[in-house]
Amino acid sequence: MNPELSDVDGAAAPRRNGELVFDAPWQSRVFGLCAAIVQTCFNGDRDPFRQQLIAAIGAEPDRPYWDSWTVALQRLVLEAGLIDELAIERHIGAQGT
Amino acid sequence: MSDDHGHGHQPTPPSPIERRAAALEELLAEKGLVPQGFIEDVIRLYENDIGPLNGARVVAHAWVDPQYRARLLEDGTGAVVELGFGTPGNIVAVENTARVHNVVVCTLCSCYPWSILGLPPAWYKDAPYRARMVREPRLLLREMGCKLPDEFDIRVWDSSAEVRYLVVPERPVGTDDLSEEELAALVTRDSMIGVARL
Repeated sequence: MNPELSDVDGAAAPRRNGELVFDAPWQSRVFGLCAAIVQTCFNGDRDPFRQQLIAAIGAEPDRPYWDSWTVALQRLVLEAGLIDELAIERHIGAQGT
Repeated sequence: MSDDHGHGHQPTPPSPIERRAAALEELLAEKGLVPQGFIEDVIRLYENDIGPLNGARVVAHAWVDPQYRARLLEDGTGAVVELGFGTPGNIVAVENTARVHNVVVCTLCSCYPWSILGLPPAWYKDAPYRARMVREPRLLLREMGCKLPDEFDIRVWDSSAEVRYLVVPERPVGTDDLSEEELAALVTRDSMIGVARL
C-alpha cells in the first residue's frame, strides 16, 4: 500500500482494520448505495446484483472494477423498474461540466 | 492544466462514471430507497470495523485452540460466527500444511469473505488475477512474491456467492511464546487469501 495514500487531505485515512479499502470517495459511496438498494429493494438478497456484476465484468473484463460495479448497479435498478434510463441521462446532463 | 504543486486543493472534475454514480444515488434517494445515513454507516463499518483483522483473530484462535481449529475446518461458518463475526454465504476454511498451499480466487466477479477480510484488494478483482490463478497458479504466486517449492501441492479454490474460502496459514515457527493477540498481529490479509505465506 502506498503510504502517501494514507494521508489524503491531511487526515489520517482509516487503517484500524489493517487496510485502506477505497481508492476514491465515489467508490465508497456507490458501494454503500448498492448495499442500501440490496437492503431496501431486494430484502438483503445480494444475488441479483452479483449476477449483474458478473455480466458487467464479463462484457468488459478490462474495465476498472468500480466502473463495472456502477454499470451493474444501474442495470439492476433499471431492470427492477426503480428508475428509468432517461432520468439518469437527464440527471447526468444537469450536473453540468 | 498541471497540478504539480498539489497545494491548490482544486477539485478534479468528476469523471463520467463518477457522475453516473452520483446521478444514481440522487435519483434513488429521491425515491426514498436510500435510508438517511445508510451509505455513511456502511462506509464507516467497512473502513473501521470490518477488515482482515477479524480474519486474523479467527486464524490466531485456531492456532492456539486445537478444538476450535477442528471446528473451523469442519464448519467454517459456525466457527466464524462463534467469534462474533457475520458471514456472507458459507465460509469454508482450508488449511495450509508443510506440503499443501491453498489460494483463493473468484473467477467470475469478486466473491470474498468480506465479514472477516474486509473488501477485496484491487488485484483480486482484476481480470489477470482471476484468469491466471486458475491457469498458472505457481507462476502467478511466484510473481506475487510467494515462491513455493516444486513439491508443494497448490490448491486453487474458486469462491462463489454460496461459498467463500478462508486460507488458514501455517503458524510460523518460533511463536510458541506469543499471546493470541500477538499471533493475530502476524496474520496478513494476503496469507488468508493464499498469495503469501507467513
